[in-house]
Amino acid sequence: MSSNQSSDSVPTREVARRVFAREFNDASYTFKESDDERAPLYLLLPTGERANRVLVVGTLTETEDVGDESEYWRGRIVDPTGTFFVYAGQYQPEAANTLRDLETPAYVSIVGKPRTYETDDGTVNVSLRPESITAVDAGTRDRWVAETAQQTLERIQHLDDEGNEYGRMAKEQYDLPPDEYRTTALSALESLDESDSSPDTPTQSTESVSDPQ
Amino acid sequence: MSPIEKQRGGSETMSELRTHAEEIAEQFSDHLEITVDDVESQLENLVTQYKVPANEARRSVINNYLDEAGLDRDEISQGGASEILVNDIDEDEQWVDLTVKLVDLWEPGSDAISQVGLIGDESGTIKFVSFATSELPKLEEGAVYKLGNVVTDEYQGNYSVKLNRTTTITELDEEIEVGDNSASVEGALVDIQSGSGLIKRCPQEECTRVLQNGRCSEHGSVDGEFDLRIKAVLDDGVTVHEIIFNRERTEELTGLTLEEAKTMAMDALDTSVVADEIRGDLLGRYYRVTGPTYGRYILANEFEQLGAPADLESILIKARSM
Repeated sequence: MSSNQSSDSVPTREVARRVFAREFNDASYTFKESDDERAPLYLLLPTGERANRVLVVGTLTETEDVGDESEYWRGRIVDPTGTFFVYAGQYQPEAANTLRDLETPAYVSIVGKPRTYETDDGTVNVSLRPESITAVDAGTRDRWVAETAQQTLERIQHLDDEGNEYGRMAKEQYDLPPDEYRTTALSALESLDESDSSPDTPTQSTESVSDPQ
Repeated sequence: MSPIEKQRGGSETMSELRTHAEEIAEQFSDHLEITVDDVESQLENLVTQYKVPANEARRSVINNYLDEAGLDRDEISQGGASEILVNDIDEDEQWVDLTVKLVDLWEPGSDAISQVGLIGDESGTIKFVSFATSELPKLEEGAVYKLGNVVTDEYQGNYSVKLNRTTTITELDEEIEVGDNSASVEGALVDIQSGSGLIKRCPQEECTRVLQNGRCSEHGSVDGEFDLRIKAVLDDGVTVHEIIFNRERTEELTGLTLEEAKTMAMDALDTSVVADEIRGDLLGRYYRVTGPTYGRYILANEFEQLGAPADLESILIKARSM
């Protein structure tokens, strides 16, 4: 019978947002929605959405151990709009193993959390701390590009909606014209349309996906 | 928020008191011989003579009637029971009306329970319990009833309804096509939760609880039986769904049989290798899953992996038109 019972009785899992590298790397503002030390940290996307988790599918083009004493793997994942940087160390042992073992180039699917850090000259870099990295096929990658384009366009469409709290926040925090993201989403879609060569992947695949070992 | 706000002000109009009175009279209609006028005059007395806020007055009047009827507060409806479909029940302790068919009667586990089983409407099915103390007439399998004033109950994300002393039962002369709570969802498989892979279940009859460190929460240390299952999260970028794949579906999805999984675990001296293998096979890929909902889970009956998008053209048209 208390004031706000309906929604939050069971802690809900954070949704993995779909965002292209271009927009992801433009983001810099992070925030929490409560004072609780363990409250989730959100990255504010320029198209007006909060992201505590993202799903990225792209081409892993390079991996490098950039650690000093212990292994710390950096991977570059390329999508039609830019490059995601992913870092995995001792606290992400499975992801670190995968980065060490994968042969590049390879299509990979990454579920992870956005992390920001400020460089000495004051610019904010955004990277991805992986929860999982798996090798996937071209069909999965194409599906992600189409889905990400679609969801990016939907965010832009609702950016100015009354009551879109994160839309308002994005306009306050960023001086970034949303039309650029519309253009990049459109060209990402067009790149799929041109390369329509990838054959329809069969449904229900078990072994078709390449295994890193 | 608004009803409470509204009543905070001291000047309650007569029509609002009348509404309270009607609701209270309705709540006690099966228990006491009271009229709306009786209730209203009591409320009015408290509110105008004794300057009691309307909410407090309502509470106090209800308490008096509860005493008079020898009832507990949770045995009467809190007012405003609403007609709802069983698959839309998603909150604990709500008073609702249902029109349902009795699908199945189960063996009551204790003398306190008069009847237990499954009722359903076109949206799906839900468990119901009728307690001996409520002294309700027995329901019959296959019959259709309008059940007024049942209360919802939640246990670990699963909902049921309890019949109680105030529940009204009306047998209806109609047929209901009972649905199967089926849902179909799509998304990327973003997580495989703990309790997936090779697990052990309690061997006690009708228990089948999953063991934690060789212990059943009900039967203690037992010699468990191996099983395979996957608890996965499908995420479409907007919402998440939790999916359970049982042994057959897990074998189908991963190509790994229970016997192979046991061998793998024995070779590694560790059951977690099975879940690790499954993670590598499934995470980050797209699936469509169809099956009945069970609490917050969807039980996968059918599934398929989704490849390259099919309707690129329509997305492109939309993007270009923006």
